Amino acid sequence: MLKTFKIGGVHPPENKLSASENIQVLPVPEKVIIPLGQHIGAPATPVVQKGDKVKAGQLIAQAAGFVSANIHSSVSGTVLSIDSVTDAAGLSKPAITIQVEGDEWIPEIDRSSKPEHQIPSSKEEILKAIAAAGIVGMGGATFPTQVKLTPPPGNKAEVLIINGVECEPYLTADHRILLEKGEEILVGVQILMKAIEVKRAIIGIENNKKDAIAHLQQLAAKTPEIEICPLKVRYPQGGEKQLIQATIKRAVPSGALPIAVGAVVQNVGTALAVYEAVMKNKPLIERVVTVTGKSVKKPGNFLCRIGTPISQVIEAAGGLPEDTAKVIGGGPMMGRAMVNIDSPVMKGTSGILLINEREASRKPMRNCIRCSKCVSACPMGLEPYLLMKLSQFNLLERLEEEKVMDCIECGSCSFTCPSDRPLLDYIRLGKARTGAMIRSRKK
Amino acid sequence: MIMNKLLISPSPHVHSGDTIEKNMYGVLIALIPAFICSVLFFGLGAIIVTLTSVVACLFFEYVIQKFLLKQTPTIFDGSALITGVLLAFNVPSNLPWWIIVIGALVAIGIGKMSFGGLGCNIFNPALVGRVFLLISFPVQMTTWPLAQGFAGSYIDAQTGATPLALLKEAVKTGQSVSDVLSAESFVGYKNMLLGNMGGSLGEVAALALLIGFAYMLFRKIITWHIPVSIFATVIVFTGILHLCNPDAYADPLFHLLSGGLMLGAIFMATDYVTSPMSHKGMIIYGVGIGILTVVIRIFGAYPEGMSFAILIMNAFTPLINRYCKPVRFA
Repeated sequence: MLKTFKIGGVHPPENKLSASENIQVLPVPEKVIIPLGQHIGAPATPVVQKGDKVKAGQLIAQAAGFVSANIHSSVSGTVLSIDSVTDAAGLSKPAITIQVEGDEWIPEIDRSSKPEHQIPSSKEEILKAIAAAGIVGMGGATFPTQVKLTPPPGNKAEVLIINGVECEPYLTADHRILLEKGEEILVGVQILMKAIEVKRAIIGIENNKKDAIAHLQQLAAKTPEIEICPLKVRYPQGGEKQLIQATIKRAVPSGALPIAVGAVVQNVGTALAVYEAVMKNKPLIERVVTVTGKSVKKPGNFLCRIGTPISQVIEAAGGLPEDTAKVIGGGPMMGRAMVNIDSPVMKGTSGILLINEREASRKPMRNCIRCSKCVSACPMGLEPYLLMKLSQFNLLERLEEEKVMDCIECGSCSFTCPSDRPLLDYIRLGKARTGAMIRSRKK
Repeated sequence: MIMNKLLISPSPHVHSGDTIEKNMYGVLIALIPAFICSVLFFGLGAIIVTLTSVVACLFFEYVIQKFLLKQTPTIFDGSALITGVLLAFNVPSNLPWWIIVIGALVAIGIGKMSFGGLGCNIFNPALVGRVFLLISFPVQMTTWPLAQGFAGSYIDAQTGATPLALLKEAVKTGQSVSDVLSAESFVGYKNMLLGNMGGSLGEVAALALLIGFAYMLFRKIITWHIPVSIFATVIVFTGILHLCNPDAYADPLFHLLSGGLMLGAIFMATDYVTSPMSHKGMIIYGVGIGILTVVIRIFGAYPEGMSFAILIMNAFTPLINRYCKPVRFA
């Protein structure tokens, strides 16, 4: 029996169309747009000015506060503007636009592909390098990594869990880096273990990536402290709480952080970025992005510079298919639909999914038949049908009582509803209002 | 480039493809084996009663939605069809057609539409119709045709008592249970399992109903919680009584195979709309139905208590939902 989390979950069609496509290096674009807020927390403060010449890897914006992240130029060229640009959702956000000239990197970066194994012995040195490189959670949550590696006082990490689950349908970026950068990822894991001072790490990988599991098991044979844990294919196993339960059988209490049960969770992409930052001195200026969809001509995995327009990445996969009705940043379950396909690839962009009208359109909502399938699907043990009703009536105290704040917004309820009810839409609304109510109470 | 033609919505962007129809028609498919059995045992009557009931339910649903509620009729979502079939399954196969039409009007009109239609009703519509008929037409509703095979007549079917009624009568007159169950007139467990006995047209074939149960579990239309907790409760409750006094109380197997227990537990108690939402709640609901059924059967005035037990527990469903929460993550 393969391990998995205990309650709820669904199994959407996997559709991993690009799973066997090698990572291709995308050519450097003519112009990059690098947003200042690519992470959770305060947007970074620019340290360059319009007209400045920059090199790839050069710091262009500095973390503004504790929960924030440095931002580096991903190309060499001239700063065209530091201004508001339209982001994927159509909103105005501050960004630095750079005109590309050649491809000159700062000399500190080691660009050789030779794997390095001599990890630094000092925890402080590692954390400093990670913070300097502007690394954030690469799974999509984009929480600054050095913050996550600094547990609040009084908490002690016991185990590092590496998220190689990639439970979202379609996406294959993590799968490919596990296969092609396995050795580097393992070194990254060891660096992370050192940073939080733990003796044990578990890499959770869903069983639909058997080649990656076998490859990593072979590589990890020399490092007994790193365990490769195959997991049963089930969405949302990549959810932090679900993954912790699946791998170490501990349940993170309501409202608590993983550190409460001694766990720190990091994505495989983050482990790779940490390796590059610490061993190669390379800041987070590029990442692997999956471009996929049933009508996409050449679904694939592309190593792109941060700031590359999404339209160019789509071009590399054979162009925007005629029948595209929705462009999604991320996977189909939790990704965000975008209006502006000239918006840039960011640190948290794990995939670009193009789906057609039939798949994308929502059917009209019908009466709830109280089949309780949403209750069975909820991985947090909530009652989505009830939370939706309470949200409609704006009963915030009841919502709080019914644990709306525990909702991880995985979408299993809306996915499963035979009446096509927009359960998660209403739950999000209720959750936002209840959250505001709870915060105002604390003041 | 802002693409105005791109669709925008919050996640999730895909859907399982499950629909109301898939579930409802799945239940209807699961009812097919039991329907075939009742045609084989009761003949033409089973077909006439079922057709009348289905047509009447669809008709009333259409008329009420179209002319009273001014909605777009949704008669083919399968829910009225199920109500029609289940109402028919719960009446004798020689019931006059006009009584069935009255039952359908009560089931759809009062049982379902007066609450607001699909998903809004508190009580199982088919059972509302059935109990209304049982109280209004006690003679016709308890004159059970005997299983006479496919050639059985609709108009003047040969009638007789069901095993449950037989037992109730015998216990009242002071006979011992074991005498009744070993007498010539008792149909025997094998016939009870197959459905070769008197009773409502769809309730008799226990085996066929169990096949339907397996199908619905396989299709994930229902979960095991409600039927299994009803079966277990009935087995334990009647088992204890039987062990205490075998002469006064029949054994659990008799109770499982007789009357509407199988039909009720598998197809009526599991009705989505009127049963609890959490697994824990479903088990409490099932145990409640099991206890009430046995209490009515053994200590009540009626020989059968399944319909009443389900309706009573239907009334408790909102309360169960309020206090019985699913197992939270942590």
